[in-house]
Amino acid sequence: MSEPTPAGAQARTETGEIESLASREYAYGFTTDIEQERIPKGLSEETVRLISAKKQEPEWLLEWRLRAFARFLQMQKQGHEPTWAKLRYPAIDYQDMFYYAAPKQKPKLDSLDDVDPELLRTYEKLGIPLEEQKRLSGVAVDAVFDSVSVATTYKAELEKQGILFCSFSEAVREHPELVRRYLGSVVPYSDNFFAALNSAVFSDGSFAYIPKGVRCPMELSTYFRINAGETGQFERTLIVAEPGSKVSYLEGCTAPMRDEHQLHAAVVELVALDEAEIKYSTVQNWYPGDREGRGGVYNFVTKRGACRGVRSKISWTQVETGSAITWKYPSCILQGDESVGEFYSVALTNNRQQADTGTKMIHLGRDTKSTIVSKGISAGHGQQSYRGLVRMGPKAQRARNYSQCDSLLLGDRCGAHTFPYLEVKNASATVEHEATTSKIGEEQLFYCRQRGISEEDAVSMIVNGFCREVLRELPMEFAVEAQKLLGVSLEGAVG
Amino acid sequence: MADSPMLQIRKLHARAGEARILRGIDLDIRAGEVHAIMGPNGSGKSTLAGVLAGRPGFEIESGELLFEGAELAALAPEERAREGIFLAFQYPASIPGVTNNYFLRASLNAIREQRGQEPLDAMDFLELAKQKMAQVEMPKELMSRAVNEGFSGGEKKRNEVLQMLLLEPRLAILDETDSGLDIDALRVLAQGVNALRGPGRALLVITHYQRLLDYIVPDFVHVLSEGRIVLSGGKELAHELEKKGYGWLEIAPGESGDSSEASAGSGAQP
Repeated sequence: MSEPTPAGAQARTETGEIESLASREYAYGFTTDIEQERIPKGLSEETVRLISAKKQEPEWLLEWRLRAFARFLQMQKQGHEPTWAKLRYPAIDYQDMFYYAAPKQKPKLDSLDDVDPELLRTYEKLGIPLEEQKRLSGVAVDAVFDSVSVATTYKAELEKQGILFCSFSEAVREHPELVRRYLGSVVPYSDNFFAALNSAVFSDGSFAYIPKGVRCPMELSTYFRINAGETGQFERTLIVAEPGSKVSYLEGCTAPMRDEHQLHAAVVELVALDEAEIKYSTVQNWYPGDREGRGGVYNFVTKRGACRGVRSKISWTQVETGSAITWKYPSCILQGDESVGEFYSVALTNNRQQADTGTKMIHLGRDTKSTIVSKGISAGHGQQSYRGLVRMGPKAQRARNYSQCDSLLLGDRCGAHTFPYLEVKNASATVEHEATTSKIGEEQLFYCRQRGISEEDAVSMIVNGFCREVLRELPMEFAVEAQKLLGVSLEGAVG
Repeated sequence: MADSPMLQIRKLHARAGEARILRGIDLDIRAGEVHAIMGPNGSGKSTLAGVLAGRPGFEIESGELLFEGAELAALAPEERAREGIFLAFQYPASIPGVTNNYFLRASLNAIREQRGQEPLDAMDFLELAKQKMAQVEMPKELMSRAVNEGFSGGEKKRNEVLQMLLLEPRLAILDETDSGLDIDALRVLAQGVNALRGPGRALLVITHYQRLLDYIVPDFVHVLSEGRIVLSGGKELAHELEKKGYGWLEIAPGESGDSSEASAGSGAQP
């Protein structure tokens, strides 16, 4: 992300009976009591070497990490930690956290029987059963707990079709040539401050590879869980879709309630070759902090997809209800001619949450097309900004973009802001942008209540209606979860 | 209790926001009765409807408001609705992204729950809705559209009456349901409303014009002026008002006329 100057619309509500008061307890705030292994607090070249050694990584990967770390130090020295986002938080002390924490376990897991039952119970409590007989049907899950992947389901079934779905560490061990070819090819370690940090200290994540012409028969999913205190989570996801292949990938995240802030700086890279299609859905529910803004996850994430091939397609759908702070711009580089990029987003900020989120659509090829639909909901003292860049390169003949950014405000102490950036270097390109800001009207609420619907159900109904265009992009099971989550996150937001 | 009125209003004073609007209303409505409230713009008709339904910002200053013996002021708007008070809105809100079908079923099931009835599933609800929609000649596609979004004025009013037929309230308040409707639409809506008339139910029809009362014939007509009922009578009073307009009320005997700003310029309109 370059450093843009804020411009565009800003909206604040003025009056109203609707007042944000409280939010229901965060349902995933429990801690798993498990013996863990950590490397000492602090960040140095030694930390990077230790992580790499723990994972018994090949020399080339260690070198890559070290180059990333050198770049990170340089950026830190030059003051390149991003400050342009409309976010407020105290300076992060990068020496005062753990960079690697893993539940103690046998060196190699042969089956789920080797996984600590406490971990299995944790995922079950989160609604993600990993045991054979209870697995979610039609969804293969990679479960990442703090710094490591603890289990991946349906692996064998997927392998029959040549689909690789495993933890990032395993991919480095088993498929180094693929990892080496694509790692950092979409998000180079020098891309930005948090990407450099992630590249230096990432500990695990998910890897998926869909071979030529294969349509992945089930949803692939990673469930990220931060458990350890004072620990940063730095995972990487890499998805490669060979020509003519198709995959739908889901990502979910939760963390315990803790008083201190926790840093989560992930990198996701997607590569879609000729006529390949990747659909990437996220329901982000990291611990948002309490009503006064104590604790909560800092979610500083770089997600980018490259539509390298002709007629390839990458579609991002995100529902962001968690985290104290969200800094995230899932983007598409539309390199292949006639390639398609989509971004559908619902972001909700309640209490003291802040979000600066949006997308970048970089049109390079001819007849490329992108769609952006962003729905922002603010309640309480929540602040959020949509920040989006649409760039039409000189060769992007007849490229088209449609952007729609809608904000919904509950109460009069929250804010919604829109920062659209346009760079058009091709006269045949078309760009459309629409933005609206509305308040949940007292008229709407009273209308629902006069029909016997309780105030909370009414808010939930109105908000879900507002987000409908985005929610319908989610796979079925996720859409239901997302709707419930929106309701729960807003509970007590009126009254 | 069997003989006591369903709705009892005693010396009701109420404000809408900062403005004092209702200045001592007395009115009894019994089960089975249809009452019409008429009056010029600004006389307090819609405020009365709002106070009965519990609209936020409408505040009772003094007086009594009893529905089936219970103090209404103590109930939230949704509780009043579940007790059987229905307001057909003059300007119903739209809810983008929420289908009419979903909204109406959520509403009906909330009210059924209060009555101790099982919720209706999607199929049963649709079956019921179809019958009621026929009564107000409402096109099917309005059920799959977002609530009131892009509805014409007439479609909105049909939707209001449809909801009333579905929810079968004890007391239905129609707030200027006739405004902006042509005669055909009016007749259809009145048909729907009349279908609901019965010994267990009461109807409060608020209107500026006598026209609606040709179709929904009231048992009693009350004229509201400056926050008070200044005249009550039978259905013939509506016709008298149509002939004479509201202007003559200013000098009606017993009228104090201490404030005239509300009714200034609100003369007779046919």
